[in-house]
Amino acid sequence: MEKMTLLQTFASAFSGKTWAIVLPEIYNTLYMVLFTTILTAFFGMLLGILLVSTDADGIYPCPRFSAILGGIVNGLRSLPSIIIIILTLPLSRMLIGVSYGPKACIIALAVTCIPMFGRLVESSILEVPKGKIEAARSMGAQNRHIIMKVMIPEALPSLIRNFTIAVVAVISTTALAGMLGAGGLGDVAVRFGYNRFKTDILIAAVLVMIVMVQIVQRAGDGLSKLVLKKRHLI
Amino acid sequence: MATTSDEKAKAGHFIRIAGLKKTFRSQGKSFEVLKGVNLEIGKGDIYGVVGFSGAGKSTLIRCINRLEEPDSGEITIGDTEITRLSKSELDMYRQKIGIIFQQFNLLDSRTVAQNVSFPLEIAGSKTSHSEVRVREILELVDLSDKADFYPGQLSGGQKQRVGIARALANNPDILLSDEATSALDPQTTLSVLDLLKDINEKLKLTIILITHELNVIRYICKNMAVLEDGKIVENGPVKSVFNSPKSDTAKLFMKIDAGFANFGWEGGGGI
Ligand SMILES: Nc1ncnc2c1ncn2[C@@H]1O[C@H](COP(=O)(O)OP(=O)(O)O)[C@@H](O)[C@H]1O
Ligand SMILES: [Mg+2]
Repeated sequence: MEKMTLLQTFASAFSGKTWAIVLPEIYNTLYMVLFTTILTAFFGMLLGILLVSTDADGIYPCPRFSAILGGIVNGLRSLPSIIIIILTLPLSRMLIGVSYGPKACIIALAVTCIPMFGRLVESSILEVPKGKIEAARSMGAQNRHIIMKVMIPEALPSLIRNFTIAVVAVISTTALAGMLGAGGLGDVAVRFGYNRFKTDILIAAVLVMIVMVQIVQRAGDGLSKLVLKKRHLI
Repeated sequence: MATTSDEKAKAGHFIRIAGLKKTFRSQGKSFEVLKGVNLEIGKGDIYGVVGFSGAGKSTLIRCINRLEEPDSGEITIGDTEITRLSKSELDMYRQKIGIIFQQFNLLDSRTVAQNVSFPLEIAGSKTSHSEVRVREILELVDLSDKADFYPGQLSGGQKQRVGIARALANNPDILLSDEATSALDPQTTLSVLDLLKDINEKLKLTIILITHELNVIRYICKNMAVLEDGKIVENGPVKSVFNSPKSDTAKLFMKIDAGFANFGWEGGGGI
């Protein structure tokens, strides 16, 4: 391998040869991010709502259950993603029959991201003033009304911002997908850039990830602001 | 024991609270907030409960719709013994008691019209019926032109009008008001109190109004009670309580009231 100057490396990072390798991995990353995000959004919301509702001060107090659930969440959150990936191998085998590839990776990523997003949802909903929930209660609202008509809509701008954080975390965590042979940008950066000193490919892969995160962050900020503006809160 | 309608008619009281007690417990400490409250309120009355901060006013009013569970005592409204209602009966019953708050507690995610239709949605009203009802109520509180505004676009007084409209949506028999004007300036307070007077007459609504402002009581209440340290220490027609206060709290309230009125320009007079 001939030695390249810094300038040549950068030039090469934008060459067709480099992108022939990087482009397909964008697709792989997007695929994993999309499905992990869907799972994270659904189960994270569910988890967050459960955490808030079953708390001793919640709308459906269940302190025992809440303590156990909180403990599991804390446990999962204290583990590095790599360990979670290893721990979810048997789960993947059980659910989808294999413990490698993009699908197995999505399960592992979701298990990493759901507890985090669950806690974020919890904190968003806790920001809703207690008085609003009590007002609904005083009109005869049942728990499902309070969750669907008060908690979620009132917390929406904050939920959107926290969801954005979660998606960014999903994107960065997909870098570990290589461990399961699932490919993706992070995997390319490690395999070519680190293992084979192909700095140009490393640069290209990292750039794409940076752009993806920027887009997600801007979209999230914009959407959250839009909701606040519509409600005349800013 | 539930009172029969005969007995109730004889007593002439719509709302009867007897021996109401409530103790808060937290971290091993217990704190008795209501120490046996007795109250009788006639139908169509505007009944004021006055007391200093921490006297237990909010706790009392919250017991009436069981946002707070009383420890003992009875709350009877019409023929219904509130403290004995099951969870589902309670939800039904709550639809017949409106409540308004100092902090308004409107939903920022909903327009004025959607805030007012909230209790109707919960009660399972048909959308067509809701729309008519919402228009009707917004007219009553003089907010028809603000139907599609968000609470974020309203002044405090307008927000409280929305609060009142929302509380009235399900045609309640009773309206509870917990310091509903305490966050408003005097002029706005006056207009909200006028509105309450108005709906009391038009809708034959019984209003229980809790406040630490004597002027509010003087302006709209017919009867009043003084709550001191978790007990009713004095009650009766507003005029007679004002003319000859007996309890320490009532006397102090009057003294402060008079004190402010006599306060001189040079800082003379005083309380
Ligand atoms: N949920 C609660 N837990 C513990 N103490 C409470 C609670 N709610 C009210 N209190 C206490 O009860 C007392 C009376 O409160 P409150 O009824 O709000 O009084 P008021 O409305 O007259 O100012 C206060 O000292 C308050 O700190
Ligand atoms: Mg209070």
